[in-house]
Amino acid sequence: MTFGFTRAQAVALVAMLALIVVAPGVLYPVFLMKVLCFGLFAGAFNLLIGYVGLLSLGHAAYFGMGSYIAAWTAKYWGFSAELAILTGGVVGAAIGLVFGWLAIRRQGIYFAMITLALSQMIYFFALQAPFTGGEDGIQQVPRAPLFGLIPLEDDMTLYWVVAAIFLLGFLAIHRIVHSPFGQVLKAIRENEPRAISLGYRVDDYKLLAFVLSAFIAAIAGATKSQVFGIATLTDVHWEMSGEVVLMTLLGGIGTIFGPVMGALVFGSLETYLAQFGDWVTVTQGAIFILCVLAFRRGIIGEIGARLRLVL
Amino acid sequence: MQLSRRLLLGTAAAAATLPVQRVRAQDKATIKIGVLNDQSGPYRDTGGLTSAICAKQAVAEFNAQGFNVEVIYADHQNKPDIGAGIARQWYDREGVDMILDVPTSSVGLAVGGVAKEKDKAYINTGAATADLTGKACAPSIVHWSYDTYMLAKSTGGATVKSGGDTWYFITADYVFGHQLQEQTTRFVQAAGGKVLGSSAYPFPGTTDFSSFLLQAQASGAKVLGLCNAGADTVNSIKQAKEFGLQTRIAAMLMFITDVHALGLDVAQGLTLTESFYWDLNPRTRAFTDRVRPKTPNNWPNMIHAACYAGTLHYLKAVQQIGVAAAKKSGTAAVAAMKAIPTDDDAFGKAYIREDGLAMVPSYLFEVKKPSESKGPWDFYKTIQVSPPDQAWRPLAEGACPFVKS
Repeated sequence: MTFGFTRAQAVALVAMLALIVVAPGVLYPVFLMKVLCFGLFAGAFNLLIGYVGLLSLGHAAYFGMGSYIAAWTAKYWGFSAELAILTGGVVGAAIGLVFGWLAIRRQGIYFAMITLALSQMIYFFALQAPFTGGEDGIQQVPRAPLFGLIPLEDDMTLYWVVAAIFLLGFLAIHRIVHSPFGQVLKAIRENEPRAISLGYRVDDYKLLAFVLSAFIAAIAGATKSQVFGIATLTDVHWEMSGEVVLMTLLGGIGTIFGPVMGALVFGSLETYLAQFGDWVTVTQGAIFILCVLAFRRGIIGEIGARLRLVL
Repeated sequence: MQLSRRLLLGTAAAAATLPVQRVRAQDKATIKIGVLNDQSGPYRDTGGLTSAICAKQAVAEFNAQGFNVEVIYADHQNKPDIGAGIARQWYDREGVDMILDVPTSSVGLAVGGVAKEKDKAYINTGAATADLTGKACAPSIVHWSYDTYMLAKSTGGATVKSGGDTWYFITADYVFGHQLQEQTTRFVQAAGGKVLGSSAYPFPGTTDFSSFLLQAQASGAKVLGLCNAGADTVNSIKQAKEFGLQTRIAAMLMFITDVHALGLDVAQGLTLTESFYWDLNPRTRAFTDRVRPKTPNNWPNMIHAACYAGTLHYLKAVQQIGVAAAKKSGTAAVAAMKAIPTDDDAFGKAYIREDGLAMVPSYLFEVKKPSESKGPWDFYKTIQVSPPDQAWRPLAEGACPFVKS
């Protein structure tokens, strides 16, 4: 029970760490970095849906703006990698603060719709604002050196940096969930009126969770823009908000490791099915239907349920 | 129930891990060509599998002695990050030496960035942006078939000369639409025409163009310019037909494959520009006859023809400088492509300019009436031919950085 990890979670964490170390020897590092970015993004989303019970359909707004801001600052202001990513994260959190402040006033489907509508406004902004480059996006972003010192042009160097960012974000999410603050969040998820009657200022808790989630999502987007050297409308499009729902669902809502697994499966589908041309979307759809029908708790959720473990 | 569920679970898990196991074959004496385009979305017919088939046709006809040629293909889903990701992986891991096609300007530019970084050959035949041979140019990039400048100049300028001297634009409200409108306006005015007005509509998501069409009609313009692409163009043309709009319609970006989708009934009278039409001359007909059996439902348009011609010419360059040199440096291969004059059945004799632009003629076509069409895909009447030196943007105007040095 060290650092809030149960024994099963600790084993899973070690397994995940081992995978992160071994994987680049087998798989293409750029692909793995993409999976790590999406894993972090899905983890941030899961923080809201899995632990506060808030379904946000607009997480692409934070992910995408994080990506745009990091790309812009790295390309035009010459920010170093960590500064660009952090700036992206802070801008994402600021947007999250405003949007969250508006959205948490409503529950359920209304909350989801408000987040969707607000994120569409961000999409429109990204489409029209001159600095985002419209549908071309911000392209050929240089891989800025870390701390202005360590060059990141080499894929493997960048991989370790991305892995470190991912792990930091992952541990932060785990810490948030397993803190007293996280306990209150879960109480709100289970029974909001009771949490209010116990004297918790529910709105403040929800807002803070929302901002944290937006911040981590924006960090994930900012990191992705550094990996691919590009920030585009894909990142702010509502499809991205949908994809993160699917990733989390596939991996297991309300599990710490689920979103990462979901991102891995989803990323593999998107990348390795590309060669099948026509069949990409059909296969993706079929696999999702299968997952939703056959294992509703998601891959990790289902494994956890089988083994009676909390993962 | 329990059993079948377990079976399902197992199948899904197996399916999820399966695509990860891939066989990588890297043979020294193999030139690998990767066709990267949209194979499931709105541009699947303008590019799609037909592009790969045309590239394979070129490989078969070239019949390389001394090295193998392999053609692979993938779907970039019109997303720049996916396109750039695949390009990176192809160049880095799969030993791909040349990437072909890549429609959608944003993806085309993103892949251009990767090709530049890795010094690998990249022949774009599908993207409209003139930046590929302008400010985003690179010594290992070739742009073949069309760009926004050539479309605007041919459709804009030539239509005015043939009598359509007053214009109204319906424009998709994003960068591509505005650029196209701005460039076309320049050529219309240069030719002595006038632009009476324009409507920008929200993009994406607009399906009802009726109010814009009525405004166009009320303006009294002789030509309606459509500065949009794909499904939007098709929808606006269909609705113009339903309204009985009497003005001439100039589609700024349209292919013969779109005309086929619309049908001559609706598309008749449209003006558009392409750099290839299957029925231009005996050589284009011969090329089309060779490809058609392999792609019976989708005859080649200019993108497909350029995939064929580009591949053929690239292989000639490889032959000249040797496989090892071509694999080592995309710039060397493309430099050889620029040094050798091009000659193929689709575009005839031409050459590739210093900035990477294939200097082929452009044609202004009018879509035939159903009564004039004698057979399948007999769609176009040639209105005007622009020779290469007039069709394209002058070298100096492109501001391509490496050309000066």
